[in-house]
Amino acid sequence: MRKSNSVIKKIHNALVSRKISCFELVSWYLKEIEKSDLNAFISVTKESALEEAKKVDSKLERGEKIGLLEGVPISLKDNLSTKGVLTTCASKMLSNYVPIYDATVCEILKKNGTILLGKNNMDQFAMGSSNETSYFGPVKNPHNKSKVPGGSSGGSCASVAAGLAAFSIGSDTGGSIRQPASFCGIVGLKPTYGAISRYGLIPLASSLDQIGPLTLTVEDSAIVFDCLSVHDPRDETSSRIKIPKSFEHLNDKLPKLRIGVPTNCFKGSDKEVYDSVENAIKFYEKLGATVTHFEFPELDSSMPVYCVLGRAETASNMARYDGIRYGYKYTGKYEDVNDLMAKTRSDALGEEVKRRILIGSYVLNSGYYDSLYKKSLGLRKLITDKFNKQFEKFDVIITPTSPFTAFDFDYAHGDPVKMYLADICVVNANIAGIPAISIPCGYDSKNLPIGMQLMSKNWSEDFLLRVSYAYEKENFFAKIIGGVQFEI
Amino acid sequence: MKYNLVCGFETHIELSTDTKLFCHCKVKFGSEPNTNCCPVCIGAPGTLPVLNKQAVNYAIKMGIALNCEINLFSKMERKCYFYPDLAKAYQISQNDLPVCGKGFVQLDSGKKIRINHIHIEEDAGKIKNESDGIYVDYNRAGVPLIEIVSEPDISSPEEAQEYIEKLQLTARYLKISDAKMQEGSIRCDVNISVKPENSSKLGTRIEIKNMNSIAFICKALKYEYQRQVDAIESGEKLIQETRRFNESRGCTESMREKENSGDYGYFPEPDLLSICLDEKEVNEIKSSLPEMYDSRIKRYIEMGVSEKIAKVLVKYVNVSDFFDKSLKNCKFPEKVANFIVGSIFGFLGTESKKEDFDISVSPEDLGRLVNFVSENKISMASAKELLVESLENNSSLGNKISEFLANDKGFDLDKVCEECVAENPGAVNDYLKGKEKALQSIIGGVMAKTKGRANVAEARKKILNLIKIQSK
Repeated sequence: MRKSNSVIKKIHNALVSRKISCFELVSWYLKEIEKSDLNAFISVTKESALEEAKKVDSKLERGEKIGLLEGVPISLKDNLSTKGVLTTCASKMLSNYVPIYDATVCEILKKNGTILLGKNNMDQFAMGSSNETSYFGPVKNPHNKSKVPGGSSGGSCASVAAGLAAFSIGSDTGGSIRQPASFCGIVGLKPTYGAISRYGLIPLASSLDQIGPLTLTVEDSAIVFDCLSVHDPRDETSSRIKIPKSFEHLNDKLPKLRIGVPTNCFKGSDKEVYDSVENAIKFYEKLGATVTHFEFPELDSSMPVYCVLGRAETASNMARYDGIRYGYKYTGKYEDVNDLMAKTRSDALGEEVKRRILIGSYVLNSGYYDSLYKKSLGLRKLITDKFNKQFEKFDVIITPTSPFTAFDFDYAHGDPVKMYLADICVVNANIAGIPAISIPCGYDSKNLPIGMQLMSKNWSEDFLLRVSYAYEKENFFAKIIGGVQFEI
Repeated sequence: MKYNLVCGFETHIELSTDTKLFCHCKVKFGSEPNTNCCPVCIGAPGTLPVLNKQAVNYAIKMGIALNCEINLFSKMERKCYFYPDLAKAYQISQNDLPVCGKGFVQLDSGKKIRINHIHIEEDAGKIKNESDGIYVDYNRAGVPLIEIVSEPDISSPEEAQEYIEKLQLTARYLKISDAKMQEGSIRCDVNISVKPENSSKLGTRIEIKNMNSIAFICKALKYEYQRQVDAIESGEKLIQETRRFNESRGCTESMREKENSGDYGYFPEPDLLSICLDEKEVNEIKSSLPEMYDSRIKRYIEMGVSEKIAKVLVKYVNVSDFFDKSLKNCKFPEKVANFIVGSIFGFLGTESKKEDFDISVSPEDLGRLVNFVSENKISMASAKELLVESLENNSSLGNKISEFLANDKGFDLDKVCEECVAENPGAVNDYLKGKEKALQSIIGGVMAKTKGRANVAEARKKILNLIKIQSK
């Protein structure tokens, strides 16, 4: 039998066989986090982590069984509400905000016995593709510290890639799981919209946001996805259908794959990225897949549609931060409550956040509503319908995750549109609501990871993960740079 | 020139659902500030609303009762504006596709006040000015409201009053709200303009927000009518504005205009699914509606209750329900109604106590009491006494009736009459001398001894007989 690369399984085996105590394991992670200069964490929950570890140890000492995720040290993106633990969204606005409740995903992970090491740095309110908009400073890419880790789940991806957490949970509104996963050489899954409860995820754009696992391997992704993808009555948009389990079916025989490759998604790609993804596609061909290159012109509208709809929702989602109930409050002089709100917001929201609020407010202005918002809703429907049509012909659609590998800090240099274009391939799945995954498919000449994106129809994560696993089994590119290492 | 008053209402009614519109907090009032709220209703970042189906049902009930079209597909939207009592900085409301469409309220005159639509929305918190600062209490945040938007069809303070009272009564009959104005569970925004009698063009309208007294609404309408007519007559230009009603001065005054009012940046609430109903559901709700007040008035009059009393009974849904229940085993509606409107109302006193109608007497017991009275087993006077005693002691009327009957050994009318004639030789003499009235005191004596249960005519006959025998 092939040896598994799953970090979760390795940790589980090590704990169960008592090769290492949970306390030692957690201490080891905490030490690595402390040593790390990546700036991947905003807060570290050292005491509670060690406390929880002891509980797992005493359970093991009593000879009790532990679950697969029990004792596994993890990190969470800092936009997931954690009861009693600082949740900042990497913004000055929430720099002192401690939620009074747990997000559903946090609740589930706690119930399954995972151990929270801390909260990850990110782009401010998840707005950004490089982790440079964080109030707490940018995160460095573990593969090359002069490069960005991608964003907005940059801290989460860097943590997993640098062995600072067994896995992490991120959120993806327009690529925020997949793009940094690709930059950091790990696996990032954005599930179908509604597959994982959003309750407790501090929203960016509610109709596009989706939570997903950031893991070193496809196996780990499947384990975490299975655990999180349950209906939550607190989220009306959470799926009521039973989502097929993926982990236990990873090794099931694949059907003869029909792969679609939208050529327009490759147009702006770097040659090395292009070649790597094409090579990966060839691998599937060798497995017997039929590959069809085709034009998918509707996707050219995805980014504008994303900008209009996303910004509109963002503007209203950001409106509640007014300094009155929680978070940062302006401490200087103010005239009245409106002035207080204005000064608080001017002070504590980052530049990109303000830019998106402005655009969103403009979009929702009654004078532009029809020409911008309504039109975009129509286009969104069109893109979704086209995807559904494509999935009658293809089982899976493959593109690069990002047209290029991790870039330098200040790459966009004040040109927001240049930054937005980093998400040109990933944003489509959010518009259509379909599941999409980024898996490592090689390295460029600068030794930076390259990611391949696979998309499939709604609620087919089990299939998508199986297809990904078929590739990963034979082409394992992920690696842990420093940090806590397990012999692979 | 003669001018007509033109007036439209936006009426907010707080729904008495078990829980708030989007979370599991109870709908209740009077708690300590900020104790009846949760992460959802205070808009904690990351929380999500889940629509309360009961609130949708209540809105549909109101829609059906007000003859509205029910939209099988409707949507919640975000209405965006900043205000400290609005924790999310948007109110989840309805805009393009409200749950109920066009309908009407029919006034007693037969005139129809058209309803434009009814939509569902959440209430905001309350701002409280205290001596040491301004506070916000979010207990009310997320309480479900329906907003009933009328067309500008109301043309007098009297019509306004009838319209509001009809809405109140309808809400109470449907048991979707206690619709108490003084407590704010029904509130009105009123749009007022005037136009020359024969013109079809509407004048410049003003809006008065958050009116919570019918008397004040009527006063404000009268004041505004005169103010606007005077302004037009004197050639002054009226401006479209929001005005406030000054209760102590009895007049309206201009408020500072809100900036950007009107542009609320509505868009569909992405956290909620569309509201999809099917005909079957709506029909089920329709057939579950209780009998409304107009039909009950008719029924009561047919039973023999006077129109005046019938109208008093239906004014309070609890009273009307009580009345109907009293008649389950009692066939004397008029008498029951008299007991309610007489003794019970006399005991309760205030309007709000009549509305609540929280009494110790059960309707079944009142029915029994009336039966005993009709069978001459309990005199009217004793019946009233028993009823008032039960009400005052907050005790069961049934027990009182049983006690009374057990202690009552009945009477022998012949014997009582003999006694009374024997005890009143003076009166007998007077009668014999031709003083007809003297007989009354003897009959009075009989009534006293029998606690009013004796049949007066019968007693009279017996007494006359006795006197005749005596005088022989």
